[in-house]
Amino acid sequence: MNDVVLRVQDLAVHYTVYEGGLLRSRERTIRAVDGVSFDLRAGEALGIVGESGCGKSTLARAILGLIRPTRGRVLWLGENLTELDEEALRRKRRELQIVFQDPLASLNPRMTVGDIIAEPLWTFFPKIATVQVEERVRGMMKMVGLLPNQINRYPHEFSGGQCQRIGIARALVLNPRLIICDEPVSALDVSIQAQIINLLQDLQRKLNLSLIFIAHDLSVVKHISDRVMVMYLGRSMEVSQQEHLYRRPLHPYTNALVKAVPIPDPRLARAQHETGLTGDMPSPFNPPEGCVFHTRCPYTVKRCRIEVPALRRMENDDWVACHRAEDLDLSIGKQAKLA
Amino acid sequence: MTGHAGILRHAIQRLLGVIPTLLVLVTIAFFLIRVAPGGPFDAEKALPAEIQANLNVKYHLDEPLVQQYLRYLGQILTFDFGPSFQYKDWTVNELIGEGFPVSLTVGGLAMLLAFVVGTVIGVTAALRQNTAVDYGSMGFAMLGISIPNFVIAPLLILLFAVFLGWLPAGGWDWSLNRMVLPVITLALPVIAYVARLTRGSMIEVLHSNFIRTARAKGLPERAVILQHALKPALLPVISFMGPATAGLITGSVIVERIYAIPGLGSYFVQGALNRDYTLVMGVVIFYGLLIILLNFTVDMLYAWLNPKIRYDEKR
Repeated sequence: MNDVVLRVQDLAVHYTVYEGGLLRSRERTIRAVDGVSFDLRAGEALGIVGESGCGKSTLARAILGLIRPTRGRVLWLGENLTELDEEALRRKRRELQIVFQDPLASLNPRMTVGDIIAEPLWTFFPKIATVQVEERVRGMMKMVGLLPNQINRYPHEFSGGQCQRIGIARALVLNPRLIICDEPVSALDVSIQAQIINLLQDLQRKLNLSLIFIAHDLSVVKHISDRVMVMYLGRSMEVSQQEHLYRRPLHPYTNALVKAVPIPDPRLARAQHETGLTGDMPSPFNPPEGCVFHTRCPYTVKRCRIEVPALRRMENDDWVACHRAEDLDLSIGKQAKLA
Repeated sequence: MTGHAGILRHAIQRLLGVIPTLLVLVTIAFFLIRVAPGGPFDAEKALPAEIQANLNVKYHLDEPLVQQYLRYLGQILTFDFGPSFQYKDWTVNELIGEGFPVSLTVGGLAMLLAFVVGTVIGVTAALRQNTAVDYGSMGFAMLGISIPNFVIAPLLILLFAVFLGWLPAGGWDWSLNRMVLPVITLALPVIAYVARLTRGSMIEVLHSNFIRTARAKGLPERAVILQHALKPALLPVISFMGPATAGLITGSVIVERIYAIPGLGSYFVQGALNRDYTLVMGVVIFYGLLIILLNFTVDMLYAWLNPKIRYDEKR
């Protein structure tokens, strides 16, 4: 497709960990991200979900080059970011920005809000006039719902939600084309979460941003995402249109996640029986052979233990990495009725 | 609501707190030195009792302790520390006025050297964590901390004065080449300590989230280090610098002895050994004032470096 802005191909990040005894140390490799591929179109919002430790944040940072990937390519407007040197990559930060998870800790406590938001401007346009910067900063503050007269305050004088607004203003000040939000609301109260998600959604539409939104909770990404990618143990299990994924998951793991979303209505909640997931996520040091999910999947057959399923295209441009995707009907409505 | 008004208020409060601190200091020092056995006029060959008595009357040593104490308090309010009991024709004020500039120069230069070199080594080691540079500089720091200055000083003299003949072995004439060795001797352990402190806190700061943000903003690495990481990394160094500076500029007896420098440190020890009541008291009070002043400076620096400690009224 022509309007693809970001193409991630077989991206992998492996960490080497030394486990020291006094006399001999052992080298072990964590495959934090292991062969993830997806496309992102201009103005599209892609949600990425998965349990803690499945490699979502690592993936986000590897895309931006904050971590150097072990393997794979990140094509931004056709240019491979993984081949750029530090300086060239730094230049790309004008177009590619990130909003971090812990809003307060991600802001320098010794800088005023104004300085925090203005710093990228000074970095990329050193000769810009002070008046212009201040005008731009005030404009950004207003845009994200902060009072421009709070410009000289310090981060600790703001609430978590307000700090995240500062983080968003900071990320948007250079008019980037892609924003990656790495669990931007995980540290916030539910009511504040909704405000921040709505803000991001508004800004995304208004500025025609491409957006990657990472969360560990399907309900959080539901409203903001056009498509959703589900990750498990550093791999992508499914990439589907939002409306398909929530109604008819293709992958048993997605199915488990969708069913794990709490439902406010107790009657419906009872109808929706257990997720079918047993046990914990296997150690990423030592992922299972074959399909990484087979140890916990209720539909495992012999083939799953042996052969790694490739991510393949199903109808409607939905993608899944499951050998049995065709046999399984995981429609959410049907299951609820059966129970 | 925060800002300068808060800092000013805090400064005034802290300055008022100096008075009781000094009073306690004076009181304890005054009675301690008098509790110590012997007196300023004790000697191998005892003076005739009458002369001893006259001396005591002259210096009010015959009065009850409390009366002496109150008299002394009144006296120091005018910043007059009285005559020395041991150095003829010298008042304590003159002795301090003579010795302190020397100690201040040597100690101040040592401190400056230690701060600059120490932080540079520390930051470099932190940026090259777990490389040869890191291990090398931390090994050096360990040596600097462990080897006492009475070992370093003779070694330096041996090398630079005796073998190489580049620098004089000691003495004092306010010339720079006589300062080099004592300054280095004083600075070495402090350099080592500052380097270790800086490395540790720098590594910690570099792992914090706001540094990640600074990198994500697209700042050049130099700007990330200098504008975002350095200030918070220096906080523990600065709180160490306060007392360390006080220790250095009041003079080190050992270093002053080895290099034959007429600084304040030797007066302190000599005064105590000779029961030179007025000299000891004068130096103690002076030393105390300096420490209080330097701690105050550190506090103000802290407030400047960290907006969270701007002691505003509401907290």
